[in-house]
Amino acid sequence: MSTTLFINARLIDPEAGTDSLGSLRIRDGRILDIGAEPAPAAGEGTEVVDCQGACLAPGIVDIGVKICEPGERHKESFRTAGLAAAAGGITTMVTRPDTAPAIDSPETLEFVTRRATEASPVRILPMAALTRGRQGREMVEIGFLLDAGAVAFTDCDQVIQSPKVFSRCLTYARALGALVIAHPQDQGLSAGAAATSGKFASLRGLPAVSPMAERMGLERDLALVEMTRARYHADNLSSAAALPALERAKAAGLDVTAGVNIHHLTLNELDIGDYRTFFKIKPPLRAEEDRRAMVEAVAGGLIDIISSMHTPQDEESKRLPFEEAASGAVALETLLPAALRLVHAGDIDLPVLLRAMTLNPARRLGLEAGRLAAGAPADLMLFDPDRPFVLDRATLQSKSKNTPFDGQRMQGRVLGTWVGGTRVFEG
Amino acid sequence: MTFRHRHLLGIEPLHQEDIRTILDLSERYVDLNRQSKKHLDVLSGLTQINMFFENSTRTQASFELAGKRLGADVMNMAMQASSLKKGETLIDTALTLNAMHPDLLVVRHPHSGAVNLLADKVNCAVLNAGDGRHEHPTQALLDALTIRRAKGRLHRLSIAICGDIAHSRVARSNLLLLGKMENRVRLIGPPTLMPSRIEEFGVEVFDDMREGLRDVDVVMMLRLQKERMDGGFIPSEREYYHRFGLDEEKLAHAKPDAIVMHPGPMNRGVEIDGTLADDINRSVIQEQVEMGVAVRMAAMDLLSRHGREGEDQA
Repeated sequence: MSTTLFINARLIDPEAGTDSLGSLRIRDGRILDIGAEPAPAAGEGTEVVDCQGACLAPGIVDIGVKICEPGERHKESFRTAGLAAAAGGITTMVTRPDTAPAIDSPETLEFVTRRATEASPVRILPMAALTRGRQGREMVEIGFLLDAGAVAFTDCDQVIQSPKVFSRCLTYARALGALVIAHPQDQGLSAGAAATSGKFASLRGLPAVSPMAERMGLERDLALVEMTRARYHADNLSSAAALPALERAKAAGLDVTAGVNIHHLTLNELDIGDYRTFFKIKPPLRAEEDRRAMVEAVAGGLIDIISSMHTPQDEESKRLPFEEAASGAVALETLLPAALRLVHAGDIDLPVLLRAMTLNPARRLGLEAGRLAAGAPADLMLFDPDRPFVLDRATLQSKSKNTPFDGQRMQGRVLGTWVGGTRVFEG
Repeated sequence: MTFRHRHLLGIEPLHQEDIRTILDLSERYVDLNRQSKKHLDVLSGLTQINMFFENSTRTQASFELAGKRLGADVMNMAMQASSLKKGETLIDTALTLNAMHPDLLVVRHPHSGAVNLLADKVNCAVLNAGDGRHEHPTQALLDALTIRRAKGRLHRLSIAICGDIAHSRVARSNLLLLGKMENRVRLIGPPTLMPSRIEEFGVEVFDDMREGLRDVDVVMMLRLQKERMDGGFIPSEREYYHRFGLDEEKLAHAKPDAIVMHPGPMNRGVEIDGTLADDINRSVIQEQVEMGVAVRMAAMDLLSRHGREGEDQA
């Protein structure tokens, strides 16, 4: 029986909302007990980790990671993504099915599960597409895919255009208790856009979309959720205009949650500056008022989950004119320090922030993770929330280095990551 | 005369002094161009490459003539027909050309920001000859020179820009330049052809042309870019002409001595009445073309001075 004892730890419990000094013991992959200082005496054969006052919290559960296997392994593999996640304090990656080919059958899902087990030091739970090839026409074998381990169903940024198709998918998913995740957007309005409409896009001459397209997409989805009573997660929300609809749906008791990606919480349209394509993401970076609204929505609990929306892109697909360049940013290793900006700015408390990155995503997917409690899996991260550094993208573990934070001052370093009691990263 | 910029990518980074420097030098080239012997050798020995990723006859001819009159070796490359079709990226093309040691690169591209991207990768001076709907700085400068010569000044004028503002790089560069020189700028056009939040640039926006033209000193018409219309921005050409086409009756709302400008090529009977365009008492459209060559000579002269001075010191 292997036992590890963490002493002098600042224990952040997102479930209780507490932040206090103490010790924590893990045995056989699970949390054994939690105690106040002074720590219990370390018995024979117990490894002791002196945290020296650093934060010990549940590891991050990151919904929506793109790993480019199959299809574009030169951009990211299970191994490199796993190393990046471990270095970022992420203990569970929930992967996107928008690969080439899409993960839309039990056979392709089985490939993901096998590669994940072989190559990744952190847990990987796969999502599957909701329609075949993410084409928005025929639903996938939701039942078989659930049996094969799919934790949610999503066509990612390909919005299912037909309300009829989408409502049938929701109805079928509901009967099986499957979670459907969408990135709401009215694609009729957003087609061709590279930026959010406003003064900045007008100055730069970029084709732009109003945030209203997101609200329209969300309103439609929520109407169909009300009709079908499906379990629904609106991910990648970015605009203030979408929030009232979300609030109404939650108040009406629908089984609805919402997510935001870290870049919409920490960057705005002006960061694009002189056509910097590493800042091109989808939906586009919004106005500062939208960013503020999203931060407040996380602090107030209207938005439940923060994710990295990790999207590796190679240099070639980014070294193009802004309109032609690929969208997306890598974020596994920058998720925590970027999110800590909100804590340092005084916008949000650390336990509340971590709840949106650990407990809430775990609960939404029905996982045991995300808690500091006896019996919970020993998926932990140890981090110094204040340690400053300047990000050098060359040092990232990801194969692709397309981070918008290159050269920026950040605060917060992961010192250690444990998955099922095994140390997978030492910083 | 000092000009501190390495490239001419847009009006946005320029200051009043930079604009005056270019226009003052342009005046000298206007005089030169009116002589029978129109040749200087300030760019002698230098190589100018015109890379046009988008069709252009007028701008390309203007840049070519400007370079030749100053003694540069000028090469034209029609890029849409060449390597891009073979899958080469913009940056590869730039690096290939860079290896040939050009001194001046004149670039037009259909995407906003593409010229900025290219300028980062080459060692020579880059002139933006129009990128997407972003900027077209030499057009704004030639318009400014035309206005200054016709009105005797380039400040405290009331100037209306009319038409398809949303898709127009000419409008963007012009409203930036005219704003920097402290003029009142009005934008006139249907709301479907107005960029969002454009009033935040300190301009007034009108969708009634008569109201917008009231007492202005300068009327700048824009081409209705039919090729950019994915459909549905305006109901029809004839309704557009009725509401936003410039004719004598609408022009009567401007000052009696208001001048009429157009960057060309014109759609007669769509955005401007043909007779009015040819009226030498009101229209300065031909003069704009003349100023274009002079302004481009001045811009290339100023940008090439960094390289030349560097060699003199060596």
